Amino acid sequence: MARLPLFLERRGYRMRRLMDVVRVLPFIGLGFWLIPLMWPQTPDPAEGVATSDTLRYIFGIWLVLIIVTFLLWRRTKDFADRDLPPDEASEEA
Amino acid sequence: MVALNQLVVVCLAYVAILFAVAFVAERAALRGRGGWLLRSPLIYTLSLSIYCTAWTFYGAVGYAARSGLEYLTIYLGPSLVMIGWWWILRRLVRIGRRQRVTSIADLISSRYGKSNALAIAVTLMAVIGVTPYIALQLQSVVLSLSIFAAPDVAQADETVEAFNPVQAAFWVALGLGLFTVLFGTRNLNVNERHHGVVIAVAVEAVVKLIALIAVGIFVVWGLAGGLNETFARIDSSTIGTWEVQGSRWATLTLLSAAAFLCLPRMFQVMVVENDDEKYLQIASWAFPLYLMLMSLFVVPIAVVGLDLMPAGSNPDLFVLSLPLSQGQNGLAMLSFLGGFSSATSMVIVATLALSTMVSNHIVMPFWLRFRRSGATQSGDVRNVVILARRLSILLIISLGFFYYRLSGGSSALAAIGTISFGGVAQFLPALLGGLFWRGATRTGALVGLGVGFAIWVFTMLLPSFGVDAALSRATFEEGLLGLGMLRPQALFGIEGLDPTVHAVVWSLALNTVGFFIASVFGFPDPIERLQGAQFVKVMDHAGPTRSWTASVAGSEDLMIMAQRILGAREAQDFFRRAARSQGLPGGLPEPTPTFVEALERELSASVGAATAHAMVGQIVGGTSVSVQDLLAVADESAQMLEYSNQLEIKSRELSETAAQLRAANEKLTQLSVQKDNFLSQISHELRTPMTSIRSFSEILRDAESLKDADKTRYATIIHSETLRLTRLLDDLIDLSVLENGQVTLHMGDSSLGDILDRAVTTSLTGLERPIAVTAPEEAGSIYLRTDLDRLVQVFINLITNAQKYCRADEPALTIRLDQTATALHVDFIDNGAGIAPDAQAVIFEKFARIAGEEGEGAGLGLAICQEIMLRLGGSISYLSRENGTGFRVALPTSVIVERADPARVSVAS
Repeated sequence: MARLPLFLERRGYRMRRLMDVVRVLPFIGLGFWLIPLMWPQTPDPAEGVATSDTLRYIFGIWLVLIIVTFLLWRRTKDFADRDLPPDEASEEA
Repeated sequence: MVALNQLVVVCLAYVAILFAVAFVAERAALRGRGGWLLRSPLIYTLSLSIYCTAWTFYGAVGYAARSGLEYLTIYLGPSLVMIGWWWILRRLVRIGRRQRVTSIADLISSRYGKSNALAIAVTLMAVIGVTPYIALQLQSVVLSLSIFAAPDVAQADETVEAFNPVQAAFWVALGLGLFTVLFGTRNLNVNERHHGVVIAVAVEAVVKLIALIAVGIFVVWGLAGGLNETFARIDSSTIGTWEVQGSRWATLTLLSAAAFLCLPRMFQVMVVENDDEKYLQIASWAFPLYLMLMSLFVVPIAVVGLDLMPAGSNPDLFVLSLPLSQGQNGLAMLSFLGGFSSATSMVIVATLALSTMVSNHIVMPFWLRFRRSGATQSGDVRNVVILARRLSILLIISLGFFYYRLSGGSSALAAIGTISFGGVAQFLPALLGGLFWRGATRTGALVGLGVGFAIWVFTMLLPSFGVDAALSRATFEEGLLGLGMLRPQALFGIEGLDPTVHAVVWSLALNTVGFFIASVFGFPDPIERLQGAQFVKVMDHAGPTRSWTASVAGSEDLMIMAQRILGAREAQDFFRRAARSQGLPGGLPEPTPTFVEALERELSASVGAATAHAMVGQIVGGTSVSVQDLLAVADESAQMLEYSNQLEIKSRELSETAAQLRAANEKLTQLSVQKDNFLSQISHELRTPMTSIRSFSEILRDAESLKDADKTRYATIIHSETLRLTRLLDDLIDLSVLENGQVTLHMGDSSLGDILDRAVTTSLTGLERPIAVTAPEEAGSIYLRTDLDRLVQVFINLITNAQKYCRADEPALTIRLDQTATALHVDFIDNGAGIAPDAQAVIFEKFARIAGEEGEGAGLGLAICQEIMLRLGGSISYLSRENGTGFRVALPTSVIVERADPARVSVAS
């Protein structure tokens, strides 16, 4: 069995890191969407956070996640279905 | 104002268009055309949108009007699951394609050793969980219809009086059922995909999105007057500030994510109808985008609706009533079609998914069991499966309809949706455990599902009917059976939680705990372990699932069965392809394990893994890995072990026999040599006296003058030589007589002491240096009845031998007695050098003379002794373990007589 090289060439390295982003992204999204729970909650418009701001925040995160996922798809679509288990394959890092 | 009739016509026209689209798609797929569209990521993503049902279309606005931004959680959860496609969905789709899974029940059953019990449990739970959801769709269609009907009440229109919600629901249900039957059960093999249904669902997805966005745009720019005005309006409304319970926010996000994975209809479009794993990554951004667009205008519509609509109007219908109240009939019509689309597509796919489960996991196993004849007998299984599926579709739709009738269609849409989500979310631990944990067992899955489902029924489903409906007020306040621990909304005495959070957290937590504990302490059977490894390692290009012992499976039987399920043409195609790949140009393929496995997977796509397994099992006769088979294999190897042991014993016996034969042969060779030696010796022995006799007799004849003394001397020599010859001939005759059994025994009584005395006296009297003999004293008290002369002869021979051959300086012979239970041993042991071991074997043979020993005997003495002892019923043997030369004469105890009276003793002596 041919041993995999210890260091990948630059492109392979970049792809693996991008797949790392693919894996981490849902957790980042979840984290951001849980942040509003720390905001003050009150019916008083003066002290509370306005719904319009919240809407902008949540939909903003949503949009960013969609765009990042889209960009990731563009970059990794040929790589992702090669099924390399990146954490198990021999790699540097 | 849109008349109800008009609406019904538009509605029917829309349905007709859907039918046409589905029909065309189906035809195109059959002819293998239009793949670019039918199997495109766009269609895949759009078909996922059946997640957005009427609950989204109508309910989200109502939800937002009641609880603010909380409605978003229902869409955030699935978005996260989609964005995290790499973690779960990728595996799910891969497994679904590789194992040809037909439903979530099939997946779970397949993972846990193709357990039918598990499949039935999951199917029942899914039906119970989803039925309210189907009812919800019917309800929303009827509600929306009633909105159009309501304004006409004043005009006392005939149509309005004819509007009957239940009747309307009935017709809607019937129509949906027919559509599903028509396009959902056209082809049996689920993995061939329902192109007609999927394309219809995709069209409806576009319609509902456009409808909702159109209403949103109308509300924002038409009614509110722009984005900023809308935001201002939102902030000044009753839902103007961020007010969400943290626990509900997190729980509902989790719940919707779980439901997104576990809902049978989502599983159907996401896994079963998936054409290419690559589409998943495209959907990972496209589907969240769809969800975002769907929920974008919900808050504005809700807020403007709250502002403009009269107090008390149902916020669930703002999407419809808002344009209607503004006289936008066209928009209202579009909105209605959007809602109608959401409801119908959900009902169609959900019913399809559930009917597959019901027919594969409940109807077919029972049908197979009650038809004992099995799958190979007459009767077309294919027709039975399709019929079962069609009946299941109608059954499930009617269940939904009856639930709608019974519940009266009063509850808010959001509540029913959450309850339904809670029910199907109970599959999550078994599902994820099965995908990621090899230790998950069937028992664990059953326990987890059971516990979770029971808690869900008790804390979520039953309380949803209201106080004193399914559960009494007493139960609510004091707990089940008066146990304070078991209050449906405060389990284990923990109060103050939101009922939904309470139910979801407890049911999922205890479900997971039960699943884990039962898994950890259970032991899975072999198929379960194999499947577990297959599922968990699906990304590592795992090998085949398990192998059939296919040697007994007749290809013909398999062919007959496959034809009944797959259809004659498909089955023949499949078999021909298999035969070709096996290198057989014509005829049936060999039933190799690989082939049988492929066939089973093909069948499982039609009837589910467990049923296909059972059917192939009926023909092939058991998997190679059942415990029974393992035991049989163990038995066989034990038998082989025993057989080889026997062989070993036999071969050892053979080699022993061979050794004995070799020894015998050696002995024979030795004897032959001895005989030759003897013959030369006896010739010599005969010739020597003969020579003297001849010489001396010639002298006596020819000599002229001889002194008398000389004459006497010569005559004496002749005489003694003659005696020697006679003795030799006597011995030979004696031996010959004994050997031929012609000897007559002269029985007499005497004590052993006397016999020994006689022998010693006879042997040693008159010798110059007689050997010193020690006789045992107790010999005098043992009386024998035997041939005394012969026994004495034996003893004499032994004593004489000792006298002749003992080379010790002080020759001594010890006679010992040893009486055992069976024999009397008389041992004669001298203090000489003994006999060499190689000579011991032949000393009892005739003519045997020990090499290097001198003596006048012809080597017949011991042979004669042995023959005599044989006649007397005893034996004589050489005592090899003594220091000197030792012989043992063994007499049977039967020769010993009780001591006679003293008188006779004296006479005898």
